[in-house]
Amino acid sequence: MGSYAELFIKAVFVENLALSFFLGMCTFLAVSKRIETALGLGAAVVGVQLITVPANTFLYNYVLKEGALAWAGLPEIDLSFLGLVTYIGVIAAMVQILEMVLDRYFPPLFHALGIYLPLITVNCAILGGSLFSVSRDYTMSESVVYGVGSGFGWALALVALAGIREKLKYSDVPAGLQGLGITFIIVGLMSLGFMAFAGIQL
Amino acid sequence: MSTATKRALLRPIVDDNPVTLHVLGICSALAVTTSLLPSLYMCVALTVVAALSNAAVSAIRHILPSSIRIIVQMTIIASLVIVVDESLKAFAFETSRELSVFVGLIITNCIVLGRTESFASKNPVGLSFLDGIGNGLGYSTILILVATARELLGAGTLLGYTIFPNAADGGWYKPNGMMLLPPSAFFVIGLIIWAVRTWKAEQVEKPDFRIHEVHRTEAL
Repeated sequence: MGSYAELFIKAVFVENLALSFFLGMCTFLAVSKRIETALGLGAAVVGVQLITVPANTFLYNYVLKEGALAWAGLPEIDLSFLGLVTYIGVIAAMVQILEMVLDRYFPPLFHALGIYLPLITVNCAILGGSLFSVSRDYTMSESVVYGVGSGFGWALALVALAGIREKLKYSDVPAGLQGLGITFIIVGLMSLGFMAFAGIQL
Repeated sequence: MSTATKRALLRPIVDDNPVTLHVLGICSALAVTTSLLPSLYMCVALTVVAALSNAAVSAIRHILPSSIRIIVQMTIIASLVIVVDESLKAFAFETSRELSVFVGLIITNCIVLGRTESFASKNPVGLSFLDGIGNGLGYSTILILVATARELLGAGTLLGYTIFPNAADGGWYKPNGMMLLPPSAFFVIGLIIWAVRTWKAEQVEKPDFRIHEVHRTEAL
Protein backbone atom coordinates (compact mmCIF):
# COMPACT_ATOMS: atom_id res chain seq x y z
CA MET A 1 0.00 0.00 0.00
CA GLY A 2 2.85 2.35 0.90
CA SER A 3 4.38 2.09 -2.56
CA TYR A 4 1.06 3.07 -4.16
CA ALA A 5 0.80 6.12 -1.91
CA GLU A 6 4.34 7.06 -2.85
CA LEU A 7 3.59 6.63 -6.56
CA PHE A 8 0.51 8.82 -6.17
CA ILE A 9 2.36 11.61 -4.36
CA LYS A 10 5.15 11.41 -6.91
CA ALA A 11 2.70 11.65 -9.82
CA VAL A 12 0.84 14.59 -8.28
CA PHE A 13 3.67 16.76 -6.97
CA VAL A 14 7.18 15.67 -7.91
CA GLU A 15 6.53 14.66 -11.51
CA ASN A 16 3.63 16.97 -12.17
CA LEU A 17 2.75 16.53 -15.85
CA ALA A 18 2.10 20.22 -16.44
CA LEU A 19 4.84 21.83 -14.39
CA SER A 20 7.78 19.47 -14.73
CA PHE A 21 7.11 17.78 -18.08
CA PHE A 22 5.34 20.69 -19.84
CA LEU A 23 2.51 18.40 -21.00
CA GLY A 24 -0.92 19.67 -21.95
CA MET A 25 0.46 23.20 -22.11
CA CYS A 26 -1.84 24.42 -24.90
CA THR A 27 -5.03 23.66 -23.00
CA PHE A 28 -3.30 24.58 -19.74
CA LEU A 29 -2.68 28.13 -20.96
CA ALA A 30 -5.92 28.50 -22.92
CA VAL A 31 -8.41 27.27 -20.31
CA SER A 32 -6.92 28.83 -17.19
CA LYS A 33 -8.71 32.16 -17.34
CA ARG A 34 -11.62 31.25 -15.04
CA ILE A 35 -11.71 28.90 -12.04
CA GLU A 36 -15.05 27.24 -12.91
CA THR A 37 -14.02 26.10 -16.38
CA ALA A 38 -10.65 25.02 -14.99
CA LEU A 39 -12.41 22.84 -12.39
CA GLY A 40 -14.62 21.24 -15.05
CA LEU A 41 -11.75 20.48 -17.39
CA GLY A 42 -9.62 19.22 -14.49
CA ALA A 43 -12.34 16.76 -13.46
CA ALA A 44 -12.68 15.55 -17.05
CA VAL A 45 -8.93 14.98 -17.35
CA VAL A 46 -8.83 12.95 -14.12
CA GLY A 47 -11.71 10.80 -15.42
CA VAL A 48 -10.13 10.23 -18.83
CA GLN A 49 -6.71 9.44 -17.31
CA LEU A 50 -8.35 6.92 -14.95
CA ILE A 51 -9.65 4.99 -17.98
CA THR A 52 -7.04 5.49 -20.70
CA VAL A 53 -3.78 4.93 -18.80
CA PRO A 54 -4.75 1.45 -17.50
CA ALA A 55 -6.39 0.60 -20.85
CA ASN A 56 -3.25 1.46 -22.81
CA THR A 57 -1.00 -0.29 -20.29
CA PHE A 58 -3.22 -3.37 -20.63
CA LEU A 59 -3.02 -3.27 -24.44
CA TYR A 60 0.76 -2.88 -24.35
CA ASN A 61 1.28 -5.74 -21.91
CA TYR A 62 -1.13 -8.23 -23.51
CA VAL A 63 -1.11 -7.34 -27.22
CA LEU A 64 1.71 -5.09 -28.36
CA LYS A 65 4.81 -5.97 -26.33
CA GLU A 66 7.34 -8.40 -27.75
CA GLY A 67 6.09 -11.88 -26.88
CA ALA A 68 2.88 -10.48 -25.39
CA LEU A 69 0.72 -12.47 -27.80
CA ALA A 70 1.99 -15.73 -26.29
CA TRP A 71 -1.51 -16.32 -24.86
CA ALA A 72 -2.80 -16.49 -28.44
CA GLY A 73 -0.09 -18.92 -29.48
CA LEU A 74 2.03 -16.29 -31.29
CA PRO A 75 5.03 -15.80 -28.97
CA GLU A 76 7.45 -14.35 -31.56
CA ILE A 77 5.35 -11.36 -32.71
CA ASP A 78 6.48 -7.85 -31.70
CA LEU A 79 3.89 -5.16 -32.40
CA SER A 80 5.38 -2.44 -30.19
CA PHE A 81 5.94 -0.17 -33.24
CA LEU A 82 2.14 0.12 -33.52
CA GLY A 83 2.01 1.61 -30.02
CA LEU A 84 1.49 5.28 -30.87
CA VAL A 85 -1.38 4.69 -33.31
CA THR A 86 -3.04 2.33 -30.85
CA TYR A 87 -2.81 4.69 -27.89
CA ILE A 88 -4.19 7.69 -29.73
CA GLY A 89 -7.00 5.52 -31.12
CA VAL A 90 -7.86 4.25 -27.64
CA ILE A 91 -7.83 7.79 -26.26
CA ALA A 92 -10.06 9.13 -29.05
CA ALA A 93 -12.49 6.23 -28.61
CA MET A 94 -12.55 6.54 -24.80
CA VAL A 95 -13.24 10.27 -24.95
CA GLN A 96 -16.07 9.61 -27.41
CA ILE A 97 -17.54 6.90 -25.14
CA LEU A 98 -17.19 9.09 -22.05
CA GLU A 99 -18.97 11.86 -23.92
CA MET A 100 -21.90 9.58 -24.81
CA VAL A 101 -22.15 8.13 -21.28
CA LEU A 102 -22.12 11.58 -19.69
CA ASP A 103 -24.70 12.85 -22.17
CA ARG A 104 -27.01 9.93 -21.37
CA TYR A 105 -26.64 9.66 -17.58
CA PHE A 106 -25.20 12.96 -16.28
CA PRO A 107 -26.49 15.70 -18.61
CA PRO A 108 -25.67 18.62 -16.22
CA LEU A 109 -22.00 17.59 -16.05
CA PHE A 110 -21.98 17.04 -19.83
CA HIS A 111 -23.23 20.55 -20.48
CA ALA A 112 -20.83 22.03 -17.94
CA LEU A 113 -17.84 20.46 -19.73
CA GLY A 114 -19.06 21.41 -23.20
CA ILE A 115 -16.33 21.85 -25.77
CA TYR A 116 -13.51 20.82 -23.42
CA LEU A 117 -14.41 17.15 -23.51
CA PRO A 118 -13.57 16.52 -27.20
CA LEU A 119 -10.47 18.73 -26.87
CA ILE A 120 -9.04 16.26 -24.37
CA THR A 121 -8.23 13.91 -27.26
CA VAL A 122 -5.43 16.18 -28.40
CA ASN A 123 -4.21 16.97 -24.88
CA CYS A 124 -0.60 15.84 -24.62
CA ALA A 125 -1.02 15.16 -20.90
CA ILE A 126 -3.33 12.23 -21.70
CA LEU A 127 -1.06 10.64 -24.31
CA GLY A 128 1.96 11.49 -22.15
CA GLY A 129 0.46 9.69 -19.15
CA SER A 130 -0.05 6.54 -21.23
CA LEU A 131 3.44 6.73 -22.75
CA PHE A 132 5.11 7.21 -19.35
CA SER A 133 3.11 4.36 -17.85
CA VAL A 134 4.16 2.04 -20.69
CA SER A 135 7.80 3.11 -20.83
CA ARG A 136 8.21 2.69 -17.06
CA ASP A 137 6.69 -0.82 -17.13
CA TYR A 138 3.99 -0.14 -14.55
CA THR A 139 1.80 -3.08 -13.53
CA MET A 140 -1.97 -2.82 -14.01
CA SER A 141 -2.70 -1.60 -10.46
CA GLU A 142 0.24 0.82 -10.55
CA SER A 143 -1.03 2.24 -13.83
CA VAL A 144 -4.45 2.94 -12.26
CA VAL A 145 -2.75 4.85 -9.41
CA TYR A 146 -0.46 6.67 -11.85
CA GLY A 147 -3.38 7.59 -14.13
CA VAL A 148 -5.42 9.14 -11.32
CA GLY A 149 -2.36 10.78 -9.73
CA SER A 150 -1.06 12.37 -12.92
CA GLY A 151 -4.54 13.58 -13.89
CA PHE A 152 -5.09 15.01 -10.42
CA GLY A 153 -1.72 16.77 -10.44
CA TRP A 154 -2.49 18.34 -13.82
CA ALA A 155 -5.93 19.46 -12.61
CA LEU A 156 -4.41 20.91 -9.43
CA ALA A 157 -1.89 22.97 -11.38
CA LEU A 158 -4.62 24.16 -13.78
CA VAL A 159 -6.97 25.32 -11.02
CA ALA A 160 -4.13 27.03 -9.12
CA LEU A 161 -3.05 28.90 -12.26
CA ALA A 162 -6.65 29.92 -12.98
CA GLY A 163 -6.90 31.34 -9.44
CA ILE A 164 -3.73 33.36 -9.91
CA ARG A 165 -4.81 34.66 -13.32
CA GLU A 166 -8.20 35.79 -11.97
CA LYS A 167 -6.38 37.94 -9.41
CA LEU A 168 -3.87 39.10 -12.01
CA LYS A 169 -6.51 40.97 -14.02
CA TYR A 170 -6.07 43.91 -11.66
CA SER A 171 -2.30 44.15 -11.78
CA ASP A 172 -0.28 46.46 -13.97
CA VAL A 173 1.70 44.30 -16.40
CA PRO A 174 4.19 45.77 -18.94
CA ALA A 175 2.61 45.93 -22.42
CA GLY A 176 4.84 43.31 -24.06
CA LEU A 177 4.27 40.82 -21.26
CA GLN A 178 0.47 41.26 -21.26
CA GLY A 179 -1.46 37.97 -21.51
CA LEU A 180 0.73 35.12 -22.70
CA GLY A 181 4.10 36.46 -21.55
CA ILE A 182 3.20 37.02 -17.91
CA THR A 183 1.38 33.68 -17.83
CA PHE A 184 4.61 31.93 -18.76
CA ILE A 185 6.49 33.74 -15.99
CA ILE A 186 3.79 32.75 -13.47
CA VAL A 187 3.86 29.13 -14.58
CA GLY A 188 7.63 29.22 -14.16
CA LEU A 189 7.28 30.47 -10.59
CA MET A 190 4.64 27.80 -9.87
CA SER A 191 6.92 25.16 -11.29
CA LEU A 192 9.70 26.48 -9.02
CA GLY A 193 7.31 26.10 -6.08
CA PHE A 194 6.42 22.54 -7.04
CA MET A 195 10.11 21.67 -7.17
CA ALA A 196 10.15 22.08 -3.40
CA PHE A 197 8.23 18.79 -3.27
CA ALA A 198 11.09 16.95 -4.97
CA GLY A 199 12.63 15.80 -1.69
CA ILE A 200 9.46 14.10 -0.40
CA GLN A 201 9.94 10.41 0.37
CA LEU A 202 7.26 8.20 1.92
CA MET B 1 9.88 33.08 -55.26
CA SER B 2 6.23 34.10 -55.59
CA THR B 3 4.58 36.05 -52.78
CA ALA B 4 2.30 33.17 -51.70
CA THR B 5 5.23 30.80 -51.39
CA LYS B 6 7.26 33.34 -49.49
CA ARG B 7 4.37 34.04 -47.14
CA ALA B 8 3.78 30.35 -46.42
CA LEU B 9 7.46 29.76 -45.77
CA LEU B 10 8.61 32.88 -43.94
CA ARG B 11 5.67 34.40 -42.10
CA PRO B 12 5.50 31.70 -39.39
CA ILE B 13 9.07 32.46 -38.30
CA VAL B 14 8.42 35.78 -36.54
CA ASP B 15 5.24 37.52 -37.73
CA ASP B 16 2.95 34.55 -37.35
CA ASN B 17 4.98 32.35 -35.03
CA PRO B 18 2.98 29.29 -33.91
CA VAL B 19 4.56 29.26 -30.44
CA THR B 20 4.73 32.88 -29.33
CA LEU B 21 1.60 34.16 -31.08
CA HIS B 22 -0.80 31.22 -31.22
CA VAL B 23 0.38 29.36 -28.07
CA LEU B 24 0.55 26.12 -30.03
CA GLY B 25 2.89 23.18 -29.68
CA ILE B 26 4.73 24.10 -26.51
CA CYS B 27 3.51 20.91 -24.89
CA SER B 28 5.89 18.24 -25.99
CA ALA B 29 8.91 20.37 -26.65
CA LEU B 30 10.17 22.27 -23.65
CA ALA B 31 11.32 19.25 -21.71
CA VAL B 32 13.98 18.47 -24.32
CA THR B 33 15.53 21.94 -24.29
CA THR B 34 17.99 21.34 -21.44
CA SER B 35 20.66 20.89 -24.12
CA LEU B 36 20.97 21.88 -27.75
CA LEU B 37 21.57 18.57 -29.52
CA PRO B 38 18.31 16.77 -28.60
CA SER B 39 16.46 20.02 -29.37
CA LEU B 40 17.90 20.05 -32.90
CA TYR B 41 16.71 16.47 -33.46
CA MET B 42 13.31 17.44 -32.10
CA CYS B 43 13.13 20.41 -34.51
CA VAL B 44 13.98 18.24 -37.51
CA ALA B 45 11.48 15.58 -36.41
CA LEU B 46 8.67 18.09 -36.01
CA THR B 47 9.42 19.91 -39.27
CA VAL B 48 9.43 16.63 -41.22
CA VAL B 49 6.15 15.49 -39.64
CA ALA B 50 4.48 18.89 -40.14
CA ALA B 51 5.53 19.18 -43.80
CA LEU B 52 4.66 15.60 -44.78
CA SER B 53 1.35 15.47 -42.92
CA ASN B 54 0.36 18.82 -44.45
CA ALA B 55 1.18 17.49 -47.93
CA ALA B 56 -0.67 14.20 -47.31
CA VAL B 57 -3.80 15.84 -45.91
CA SER B 58 -3.78 18.38 -48.72
CA ALA B 59 -3.51 15.61 -51.33
CA ILE B 60 -6.69 13.90 -50.11
CA ARG B 61 -8.59 17.07 -49.23
CA HIS B 62 -11.19 16.68 -52.02
CA ILE B 63 -12.17 13.10 -51.23
CA LEU B 64 -12.07 13.29 -47.41
CA PRO B 65 -15.56 13.46 -45.82
CA SER B 66 -15.49 16.21 -43.21
CA SER B 67 -17.22 14.11 -40.52
CA ILE B 68 -14.24 11.78 -40.18
CA ARG B 69 -11.44 14.18 -41.07
CA ILE B 70 -10.00 14.56 -37.55
CA ILE B 71 -9.55 10.84 -37.04
CA VAL B 72 -8.01 10.47 -40.53
CA GLN B 73 -5.62 13.35 -39.86
CA MET B 74 -4.65 11.83 -36.50
CA THR B 75 -3.94 8.49 -38.18
CA ILE B 76 -1.76 10.13 -40.87
CA ILE B 77 0.15 12.11 -38.24
CA ALA B 78 0.56 9.10 -35.95
CA SER B 79 1.90 6.97 -38.82
CA LEU B 80 4.43 9.67 -39.78
CA VAL B 81 5.53 10.03 -36.16
CA ILE B 82 6.07 6.27 -35.96
CA VAL B 83 8.30 6.46 -39.06
CA VAL B 84 10.31 9.34 -37.53
CA ASP B 85 10.52 7.59 -34.15
CA GLU B 86 11.75 4.32 -35.67
CA SER B 87 14.34 6.12 -37.85
CA LEU B 88 15.65 7.99 -34.81
CA LYS B 89 15.95 4.70 -32.95
CA ALA B 90 17.83 3.24 -35.90
CA PHE B 91 20.25 6.10 -36.68
CA ALA B 92 20.56 8.16 -33.47
CA PHE B 93 19.89 5.73 -30.68
CA GLU B 94 21.48 7.73 -27.83
CA THR B 95 19.52 10.88 -28.65
CA SER B 96 16.31 8.94 -29.10
CA ARG B 97 16.74 7.60 -25.56
CA GLU B 98 17.20 11.15 -24.31
CA LEU B 99 14.08 12.33 -26.12
CA SER B 100 12.18 9.33 -24.66
CA VAL B 101 8.42 9.80 -24.99
CA PHE B 102 8.63 13.29 -26.43
CA VAL B 103 9.02 12.18 -30.04
CA GLY B 104 5.78 10.23 -29.65
CA LEU B 105 4.14 13.32 -28.26
CA ILE B 106 4.58 15.10 -31.61
CA ILE B 107 1.25 13.38 -32.43
CA THR B 108 -0.58 15.62 -30.01
CA ASN B 109 1.50 18.67 -30.89
CA CYS B 110 -1.12 21.27 -31.70
CA ILE B 111 1.02 22.83 -34.46
CA VAL B 112 0.75 19.73 -36.66
CA LEU B 113 -2.99 19.15 -36.27
CA GLY B 114 -3.62 22.90 -36.31
CA ARG B 115 -1.89 23.34 -39.67
CA THR B 116 -3.44 20.28 -41.34
CA GLU B 117 -6.86 21.41 -40.15
CA SER B 118 -6.63 25.12 -40.89
CA PHE B 119 -4.25 25.28 -43.87
CA ALA B 120 -3.72 21.96 -45.63
CA SER B 121 -7.42 21.12 -45.92
CA LYS B 122 -7.94 24.24 -48.07
CA ASN B 123 -4.71 24.69 -50.04
CA PRO B 124 -2.80 22.83 -52.79
CA VAL B 125 -0.16 20.22 -52.00
CA GLY B 126 3.00 22.24 -52.72
CA LEU B 127 1.93 25.27 -50.74
CA SER B 128 0.81 23.10 -47.81
CA PHE B 129 4.17 21.35 -47.79
CA LEU B 130 5.94 24.73 -47.60
CA ASP B 131 3.55 25.90 -44.89
CA GLY B 132 4.48 22.81 -42.86
CA ILE B 133 8.17 23.58 -43.28
CA GLY B 134 7.58 27.24 -42.38
CA ASN B 135 5.74 26.40 -39.19
CA GLY B 136 8.37 23.80 -38.35
CA LEU B 137 10.99 26.54 -38.74
CA GLY B 138 9.01 28.93 -36.54
CA TYR B 139 8.85 26.27 -33.85
CA SER B 140 12.53 25.44 -34.35
CA THR B 141 13.56 29.09 -33.90
CA ILE B 142 11.96 29.22 -30.46
CA LEU B 143 13.24 25.77 -29.47
CA ILE B 144 16.82 26.58 -30.53
CA LEU B 145 16.77 29.95 -28.72
CA VAL B 146 15.51 28.34 -25.51
CA ALA B 147 17.92 25.42 -25.74
CA THR B 148 20.91 27.70 -26.44
CA ALA B 149 20.09 29.92 -23.47
CA ARG B 150 19.56 26.96 -21.15
CA GLU B 151 22.60 24.92 -22.14
CA LEU B 152 24.93 27.94 -22.26
CA LEU B 153 23.87 29.40 -18.91
CA GLY B 154 23.16 26.08 -17.23
CA ALA B 155 26.30 24.18 -18.14
CA GLY B 156 28.56 26.66 -19.98
CA THR B 157 28.60 24.41 -23.07
CA LEU B 158 26.99 24.29 -26.52
CA LEU B 159 26.46 20.94 -28.28
CA GLY B 160 28.80 19.54 -25.64
CA TYR B 161 31.71 21.92 -26.45
CA THR B 162 32.84 24.21 -23.65
CA ILE B 163 32.09 27.88 -24.34
CA PHE B 164 32.35 29.31 -20.84
CA PRO B 165 35.12 27.47 -18.89
CA ASN B 166 33.58 26.03 -15.74
CA ALA B 167 34.60 27.39 -12.32
CA ALA B 168 34.89 23.82 -11.04
CA ASP B 169 37.59 23.12 -13.68
CA GLY B 170 39.53 26.31 -13.06
CA GLY B 171 37.56 28.63 -15.42
CA TRP B 172 35.58 31.72 -14.52
CA TYR B 173 31.97 30.71 -15.19
CA LYS B 174 29.82 29.41 -12.35
CA PRO B 175 26.96 27.44 -13.98
CA ASN B 176 23.45 28.47 -13.02
CA GLY B 177 21.94 25.12 -12.05
CA MET B 178 18.38 26.43 -12.27
CA MET B 179 18.70 26.77 -16.04
CA LEU B 180 18.75 22.97 -16.26
CA LEU B 181 15.52 22.66 -14.25
CA PRO B 182 12.00 22.92 -15.75
CA PRO B 183 11.03 26.40 -14.41
CA SER B 184 13.75 28.15 -16.42
CA ALA B 185 12.18 27.05 -19.72
CA PHE B 186 9.02 28.94 -18.80
CA PHE B 187 11.02 32.03 -17.86
CA VAL B 188 13.06 31.96 -21.07
CA ILE B 189 9.92 31.61 -23.24
CA GLY B 190 8.21 34.40 -21.29
CA LEU B 191 11.21 36.66 -21.93
CA ILE B 192 11.34 35.70 -25.64
CA ILE B 193 7.67 36.60 -25.97
CA TRP B 194 8.35 39.91 -24.25
CA ALA B 195 11.23 40.64 -26.64
CA VAL B 196 9.24 39.68 -29.76
CA ARG B 197 6.26 41.77 -28.72
CA THR B 198 8.40 44.78 -27.92
CA TRP B 199 9.81 44.49 -31.44
CA LYS B 200 6.46 43.74 -33.15
CA ALA B 201 4.10 45.89 -31.11
CA GLU B 202 0.98 44.76 -33.05
CA GLN B 203 1.22 41.33 -31.35
CA VAL B 204 0.61 42.80 -27.87
CA GLU B 205 -2.60 41.52 -26.26
CA LYS B 206 -5.28 43.89 -25.00
CA PRO B 207 -5.43 43.88 -21.18
CA ASP B 208 -8.74 42.86 -19.56
CA PHE B 209 -8.58 45.73 -17.16
CA ARG B 210 -6.65 49.01 -17.11
CA ILE B 211 -5.74 50.67 -13.82
CA HIS B 212 -4.14 53.80 -15.28
CA GLU B 213 -7.12 54.72 -17.42
CA VAL B 214 -9.32 54.72 -14.33
CA HIS B 215 -6.90 57.08 -12.61
CA ARG B 216 -6.77 59.34 -15.64
CA THR B 217 -10.55 59.63 -15.92
CA GLU B 218 -10.72 60.38 -12.21
CA ALA B 219 -8.17 63.17 -12.70
CA LEU B 220 -10.25 64.59 -15.53
